Amino acid sequence: MPNWTNHRRTVTQPPTKHLAIALLLTVLLPTTGAGQPHPQRIVSLVPALTEALFVIGAVNQIVGVGSFDAIPSEIAGLPRVGGLLDPDLEQILSLRPDLVVLYGSQTDQLAQLTRAGIATFSYVHGGLAHSISTLRRLGDRTGRTNEARQVVSTITSKLARLSMLLGGRRRPRVLLVFGREPGSLRNIYASGGVGFLHDMLEAAGGRNVLADLPRESIQLTSEAILTTAAEVIIELTYDDGMTRQNQRAERAVWNELSAVPAVRNRRVYLMLGTHFVQPGPRLAETTKAIARILHPDVVP
Amino acid sequence: MTTVDTTSPQEFDHVAPARQEFRRHRRLKFAFATLALVACATAPLIGPTAISLSRVFDSDIPFTHNIDAQIFFIARLPRAVAGALVGGALAAAGVVLQALLRNPLATPFTLGVSAGSSLGAMLVITFGLPFSTSGLPAVPVASFVGALGALAIVYALATMRRQGLSTLVLLLAGVTLNSLFSAIILFVQFLAEPAQALQSVRWVMGNLDVGTYRPILWAIPPLAVAFTIFARLPRALNLLTLGPESAATRGVNVLTTQRLAFLSASLATGAAVALGGPIGFIGIIIPHLVRLLVGADHRLVLPASTYLGAAFLVGCDVGARTLLSPMELPVGVITALLGGPFFLWLLIRHR
Repeated sequence: MPNWTNHRRTVTQPPTKHLAIALLLTVLLPTTGAGQPHPQRIVSLVPALTEALFVIGAVNQIVGVGSFDAIPSEIAGLPRVGGLLDPDLEQILSLRPDLVVLYGSQTDQLAQLTRAGIATFSYVHGGLAHSISTLRRLGDRTGRTNEARQVVSTITSKLARLSMLLGGRRRPRVLLVFGREPGSLRNIYASGGVGFLHDMLEAAGGRNVLADLPRESIQLTSEAILTTAAEVIIELTYDDGMTRQNQRAERAVWNELSAVPAVRNRRVYLMLGTHFVQPGPRLAETTKAIARILHPDVVP
Repeated sequence: MTTVDTTSPQEFDHVAPARQEFRRHRRLKFAFATLALVACATAPLIGPTAISLSRVFDSDIPFTHNIDAQIFFIARLPRAVAGALVGGALAAAGVVLQALLRNPLATPFTLGVSAGSSLGAMLVITFGLPFSTSGLPAVPVASFVGALGALAIVYALATMRRQGLSTLVLLLAGVTLNSLFSAIILFVQFLAEPAQALQSVRWVMGNLDVGTYRPILWAIPPLAVAFTIFARLPRALNLLTLGPESAATRGVNVLTTQRLAFLSASLATGAAVALGGPIGFIGIIIPHLVRLLVGADHRLVLPASTYLGAAFLVGCDVGARTLLSPMELPVGVITALLGGPFFLWLLIRHR
């Protein structure tokens, strides 16, 4: 790479030469980050992107993962280097990575890694389209451009097929809950009108009852839940080890609010598993799972 | 607040005979009680959704289909009842602990009970219960158990060293236990998954959206015990504020009073926190506010604080569920934002 800060000293050179180099670079390097050597030692703190690295065939380049990363099983024996709130920089550095995948909000770590001369790929939470473009960018950055495009086209074609299946169908009013105090209807958090949960719900043929509120996460009063008139309530939970008895008990908690059509018509569903709350490469499957709940008669 | 005229009776305090004093107390207690009742009765009528009272009480519409009735009886009334219980309990506990510790800065959260309570709640939110919880509100119960644990530890420490109950040790043990429990809480939150961490952070801000009457019913027995004891305390507390020695010379059984005061205030705090979370400011603002309004006699301050605490929290909770509707605003944020400046204003005005 030419040293752009040096151009004062090389002012005798015709400026067109710099321009030509810049143009050449622009043509040769279509996306940011490409052109850098492909990483061989990746540390990923973001569960969704760890899974994405696996799907695009870069799993053998991973040398360290975040504390909460569970998928794929190939990473089980790898060193754990913390997560969103507690990244262990010393351990990350000791793994001698040439690329660290981390959250965009981890600004301190980003700065420290940059100072240490280690390349980073920062993940920013966003909607469905954003998650898909993140997959593509990750592919470019790790030299798996074709594999990533393949994955992306599979996701988009699955979503397109789903949208064809659901075309013209009535969209039920859905409340998508992703947080609640266990065993009670207190501190309920639901998806507002932005973010990948909202996007997945809409792509699955549902109408988010909170679509008008431009926030990802909304803590609702029970009065608000009563007035939403939701026809379906879908509750996402991390705890995929929940016993059947506890699942029944947690669903039964909603029975208090029988004036909500979803409760009265027994259309309250619990969906277990981390992939429902992580915008990873299983986006299409998750969307389909939601669609199966909303439109059981047309979605296989 | 304007209905309570406080200055004129106070001016005649020193010349008023006991009967006049008694009448004044009765009148003021009645006024504060009316305020609490009015707050509880009007709160369920206020909300972002317009509901029709005739539909609420229309027995022809089955309850399962009657959205007006459900908004009234599920989304609003239990909150008002819970708010009154929690507000009254925290304010009364504040009065009793300030007298017991002879420290105007004492709050229901000073002696570690609320930190124990929070730890109990955090543990259940983060790790769940090892057994099935069907029918049992897990988080409130765990929180109450945590409060009892903290109470036992502080009490044991304060009575261990010598005969009697050292209020200094009580205070130091409570403050230390608070820090210790807070550290454990931070560690538990650190171990939690993001969704659970969000829940536990939210729990600490206080929430009266109980949804059902079950947690309220659970809170009533300990509160009943606490308030039965409170009713017996005021005269002894009056004398205790002069110092344990001088109280003893006037026939107060100091040790028994201190024990009862500590246990009842802790019990009330534990039950209140289990029901509504550690809602701040009420336990310190309301007692001082009442003292500024009616004087320092605990026979009046204790019941008046209970009623005003109830009215204040019920009012704040109306704000919590309406101001940002359909979003829930943490009620602890409102009590602090309203209570703090109001208290400062009152402090300056009376100086």
